Amino acid sequence: MSKDLVDLITTKHDVRNKKRKLNGKERFWLIFRYVSLAFIWFLVVMPIYVMVINSLKGVKNVYLTNAFKLPEKLDFSAWSVAWSGTDYFPQSISESMGRTLFFVIQSSIISAVIGSINGYVFAKWKFKGSNFIFTLFLFGMFIPYQAIMIPLVRIATTLDLNKSIYVLVLAHVIYGIPICTLIFRNYYEAIPNELIEAGRVDKASMVRIYRSLILPLSVPAFVVVLIWQFTSAWNDFLFAIFLTGGSPKLSVATTALNFITGSSNQVYYGVNMTASLIVSLPTLIVYIFLGRYFLRGLLSGSLKG
Amino acid sequence: MSKTTKNKRSFSTRVGGLFFVLPSIITVIIFVYGLILWSVNVSLTNQNSGGKKAIEYVGLKNYTDLIKDERFTHSLSNLVKFTIVFILGALVTGFIMALLLEKGIKGEGFFRSFYLYPMAISFIAMGTVFNWLLNSARDEEAGGLNLALQKIGLGFLQNDWYVSEKGAMYAMALPAIWQMSGYVLALFLAGFRGIPDDLREAARVDGASESQIYRHVLFPQLTPTLLTILIILGHISMKAFDLIIGINGKSYVTQVVAVYMWESTFDARDYAKGTSIAIVLLIMIAIVVVPYLRYNNKQQAYR
Repeated sequence: MSKDLVDLITTKHDVRNKKRKLNGKERFWLIFRYVSLAFIWFLVVMPIYVMVINSLKGVKNVYLTNAFKLPEKLDFSAWSVAWSGTDYFPQSISESMGRTLFFVIQSSIISAVIGSINGYVFAKWKFKGSNFIFTLFLFGMFIPYQAIMIPLVRIATTLDLNKSIYVLVLAHVIYGIPICTLIFRNYYEAIPNELIEAGRVDKASMVRIYRSLILPLSVPAFVVVLIWQFTSAWNDFLFAIFLTGGSPKLSVATTALNFITGSSNQVYYGVNMTASLIVSLPTLIVYIFLGRYFLRGLLSGSLKG
Repeated sequence: MSKTTKNKRSFSTRVGGLFFVLPSIITVIIFVYGLILWSVNVSLTNQNSGGKKAIEYVGLKNYTDLIKDERFTHSLSNLVKFTIVFILGALVTGFIMALLLEKGIKGEGFFRSFYLYPMAISFIAMGTVFNWLLNSARDEEAGGLNLALQKIGLGFLQNDWYVSEKGAMYAMALPAIWQMSGYVLALFLAGFRGIPDDLREAARVDGASESQIYRHVLFPQLTPTLLTILIILGHISMKAFDLIIGINGKSYVTQVVAVYMWESTFDARDYAKGTSIAIVLLIMIAIVVVPYLRYNNKQQAYR
């Protein structure tokens, strides 16, 4: 098994990094590289910078013409307005955030458990046609969900599921099966077959090998899948808007945010920026602390991870 | 080992595994393939409004109507424009980032972490910011990006961005490039670092210059990576939905296929049209993705 992509990316490539004096041309290129990297850095950070500084200017003093300027004095009023709402800003983001957290945690955990079982079978207990079925799964990962959405909404409406947030748990679990299976399968492929064979000779059953051998080794893959499902369900807009129909009682972070910023509240830029920032924070925090695992999930989607 | 245990083992291998994945297989077959067929079925009927009337099959009428539908062709041509600029932009940006980092540089981890963070944030949240920054006001009233351009002496580049008549989709590609370049960077960086050092060293010993090494040794090795990136970006681009909604809502100028499908379904309650648009989108994506999956499947078999 070759190194996985994230290891490749994060290994220090030190062919030319040996400590020695650089000649003029090399020094020029080094400076050029740093200047370019810094320039790109500014472009990448800019939107977050704009969000943050404009969230600290209060409710009324935010104009496009001073979008890049630091606040003259810190004013946190936009935070409280965005978080709990007021009479002129009736949507509060806090309720939707809580609802999102509630369903996202559940869907991530269920997805991870299913993915682990599937991945184990597809990696270590292949059956006739299992590779073909696995490819069928993978296709399910790439489809535009619009192609299943209208029937899905009909099923949800008929079963009265669209009145509860669990409809999103179901959707993310079902349509998360392919990617979760893929991540676990790739992870388990790397576990040497000899380990499994040793278990088989001991007449240990498939389930016992899983419980005593595979599961204890699976923590990193669980982290990857949990983070992936958490991030994609948190950021999802498509399922949320179709399945909850934009009903305020079932609004999640993204649909609430879209309602706020897309409505006549356009004038309150400070509040809009703050709300966007608040909605981005959970996934951003996960990325900051567990970026490596996030990256691993992301690259799995390219089928190369 | 006796024959019976051997048989028993192969039996449990074949059936035991299947037993545990069967629930998932059935779920995927029903909810992916079954619902696709259901969509196809709806798209062949006359369910063109929310009202209750007898369902009749109308053949491919909904599809032929789409071809004649100016709004659909408009959203399709928007999607093509967006896709071209987005793919090229993200490809070039991500490749440059990878080139700057691939040899290793002090502070690489810092830059890399920042370059990759946009992918952790929702399009809807980022859309709010870009909606604001890409405001069309110019000169004295300018703010956001137009103001920034003036400040750095590039005032002539000010434009209407996503509300402009001709360039709206190109403007829309900017935030998409911003968001996805990190992905390209990650894949190219992995590609570069998967090339054995010996190749470089050998070329260097043979007296090749640095630029020759890149052109003739390293770049050819990246062809599979490039293919992967094109397919990933291609299918993401064709699905573009929340990015567009986040910045410009359902506005006509920036409407793409996925957004038009939503509008037809939600606002017009034209389910037959909604499903036929969705199926067209599915076919477009399948043309790109299915060969890739087959290629990938073959690769797996040799692993």
